[in-house]
Amino acid sequence: MFYREAGQFKTTYPSDMAVFPIAQDRIGLGLILAAAFILIPLFASDFILSSVMIPFLVFSLAAIGLNILTGYTGLISLGTGAFMGVGAYACYKLMTIFPGVNIIIWIISAGFFSALVGIIFGIPSLRIKGFYLAVATLAAQFFLQWCFVRIPWLYNYNASGAIEVGTRTLFGIPIVGPNATPEARYYVMLCIVVALTWIASNIVHGKIGRSWMAVRDMDIAAELMGIKLLDTKLLAFAVSSFYAGVAGACMMFLWYGGGEASDAFNINQSFLILFMVIIGGLGSLIGSFFGAAFISILPTVLKFGLPAIGIPLSGATAEHLIHILVGALIIFFLIVEPHGLARLWQIGKQKLRMWPFPY
Amino acid sequence: MHVLYMVLIDPFVQMVSAPDLFIQTIWEGLVAGVLYALIALGFVLIFKASGVFNFAQGMMVVFAGLTLIAFQDMGLPAIVALAASIGVMYLLAFSIERVVLRPLVNQPDIILFMATFGITYLLIGFGEMIFGGEPKEVNTKAFWLPQGSIEFPVLGGFVQMQKIDIAAAIIAGLMIAALAFFFQKTRIGRALRAVADSHKAALSVGISLNQIWVIVWFAAGIVALVAGIMWGARSNVSFALQVVALKALPVLILGGFTSIPGAIIGGLIIGVGEKLGEFYWGPLMGGGIESWLAYFIALGFLLFRPQGLFGDKIIERI
Repeated sequence: MFYREAGQFKTTYPSDMAVFPIAQDRIGLGLILAAAFILIPLFASDFILSSVMIPFLVFSLAAIGLNILTGYTGLISLGTGAFMGVGAYACYKLMTIFPGVNIIIWIISAGFFSALVGIIFGIPSLRIKGFYLAVATLAAQFFLQWCFVRIPWLYNYNASGAIEVGTRTLFGIPIVGPNATPEARYYVMLCIVVALTWIASNIVHGKIGRSWMAVRDMDIAAELMGIKLLDTKLLAFAVSSFYAGVAGACMMFLWYGGGEASDAFNINQSFLILFMVIIGGLGSLIGSFFGAAFISILPTVLKFGLPAIGIPLSGATAEHLIHILVGALIIFFLIVEPHGLARLWQIGKQKLRMWPFPY
Repeated sequence: MHVLYMVLIDPFVQMVSAPDLFIQTIWEGLVAGVLYALIALGFVLIFKASGVFNFAQGMMVVFAGLTLIAFQDMGLPAIVALAASIGVMYLLAFSIERVVLRPLVNQPDIILFMATFGITYLLIGFGEMIFGGEPKEVNTKAFWLPQGSIEFPVLGGFVQMQKIDIAAAIIAGLMIAALAFFFQKTRIGRALRAVADSHKAALSVGISLNQIWVIVWFAAGIVALVAGIMWGARSNVSFALQVVALKALPVLILGGFTSIPGAIIGGLIIGVGEKLGEFYWGPLMGGGIESWLAYFIALGFLLFRPQGLFGDKIIERI
C-alpha cells in the first residue's frame, strides 16, 4: 500500500534510467545506511560487531568481486580465496616497506596487485569456457597458496609464517591492530564496502557492465557486435580480483588482526564465496549481500542460536549439524529459487506493489 | 646459465644416470594416476548422462570407504559388507535423484553444480556424525588383496612395487572393461548413451530419465566404492581424501569431461607428470609443487585443445 510508484513521474531520461527509480527504494536505502552507520554501532555488542558484522562486510565485498566475474561476465572462478590472499600479502608488504603511509591507502592499493595477478590468470579465459575454466582457475588457487607458504619474503621471513599486524591509526584513532576497537574497525570496513559497492554499481550499470553482460549471454555474438572479448574478459578478471584483493586485505587487517594467513585463503574459502554468489543471486549486487549474510552469519546463528532455544549441542556435534544444515539449506534454496535470494527479494517487492489488491 | 642448466639439462642427466630411480618414479606416478582416474571416472559417468558436474564424487569415495569399514567393524564377512555398502550406495543414488536432481531438472549447469556442493556438505556432516572424524583403515586381508612388495632388477638397479598397487591397477582395468561392456552391449548401457547424446531425444523414445540418473549415480557410487577400497588399502580413509580428490579435476580437463578413455589416460598422464615434476624439478623450487603442477599440466594441454584430449568437439552456434 505504501510501496507504490503511483504519482512519481519521470521527466528526464536520467531519472528513468536511475538505479533506484522508485522513491521508496531510495528512502529504504537511506534507512539501511543510517542503521548501518548509527544504530548498529550504537546498540550492537562488541561480539556482534567483530564476529558477525565485520565478517559479513568482508564476505560481501568478496562476493561482489566474484559476482562481477561469474554473475555479470559468466566466467566461473574457483580462485577467489587465492586472490584475496594476494591482497592480504600485498597489503602486508606495502605496510612494512612504507610504514609512514596510511593503512587504508594500502588496503585499497593491495587490490591493484591482486588485479594484476587476476589478469595473468585470466588470460586462459579467452580460449576456455565453463567448467573447464573453473578448473583452470584452480591452478591459480593452488599455485598462489603454494607461493604463500614457500616464499618467505611474503611474510617477512617470520618463523611462524604469520602476518603480524601492528597498530595503525587514522586521525589518531587506532583502526588496525590489537588496540583497535571493534567500532573503529567496523566503521572503516563499512566505509570501504559502501564506497566500493557504489563504484561497482556504477560500473555494472554503465557501458562496461553492459559489455560484460553481452559476453555472458553469448560471447560470439558479443564479439560480432564489436566488443573486444580479450579486453572485456580481462577487465572483468581485473575488477573482480581487485574487489577480492581488497576483501582479503580487510579480512586480514580488520577482521583477523593478523595470524596464519596461508590457511585462511584456501580452496574452501573460494567455494564459500561461490556459494554466496549463487545463493544470493548471479548478476545482482544486492544478491551478493544476501548471500554473504546467509552463508557467513548462518553458522554463527546456529552455533549460538540452537542452544538458546533449548537444543543443547556439544562442540563436535554442532560442527556436524552445521554441515548438514548448510548442505540441506543450499539444496533447499536452489530448489525453491534457483535464481537466488535476490530473485525472492524482487518477487517480494512485486507482491508488495500489488498488495492488497493483486489484480 | 646455471639456472637454465639446472632446469633444462640436469634433471634429464639424473634420469639417464639412474634409470631404476626413473622407472620407480614413473611407477609411483602410474599408481597415483590409477586412483585419480578412478575418481575422474565417476565424474565422467555422471557428467555424460546428466550433464551434472558432480563435485561430490570425492566425498562419495570417502563415504563409500567409511561405510564399508563400518560394516566390517560390525563383524560382517567381507562379501556381506561389500554387498551392504553397494546397497547403501544405491540408496544414496536413489535419494539424490529423488530429492535433489528431480526438482532441479532443466536448471542451468551451475545450479546443479552448486547442488552437488550441498550434497558434499550433507555427506561430510552425516559421515562425520555416523563414522567419526578419525582416519580408518580398510581390512585388506578380508578382501584377499595381496600385501608386501616385489622387486624387479632393472638396468643395474631395483624397482620396488607394492603388490597392492598392482592389484589396484588390475582391478581398475577390469572395472573399466566391465563398464565398457555395460555401455556398449547392454540395453541399459545403450539407453545411457542415448541420454548422453540428447536428453530430449532419449525422452521421446521412451527412456525414463529419472531411472537412468539413478543408475548412473549408482554406477558412480560403485566406482567410488572401489576407489575407496583401493585408497584405503594403501593408506587410510579419512575426510582429508576429499582434497586429494580435487586432483581428479585436472584429469578431467585433460581427458575431456565426456570421455571414459580420456579419464584413464588423463589420470595416468597427470599422475606420472606430477611425480616426475616433483622428483626432478621440485627441489629446484623448494618442493611441494605437486599441489599445483597437475593443474598447470592440464592448463598447458587445454590451451591447445580446449575440449580436452578426447572430449567432444565444442561447436558453437549463434
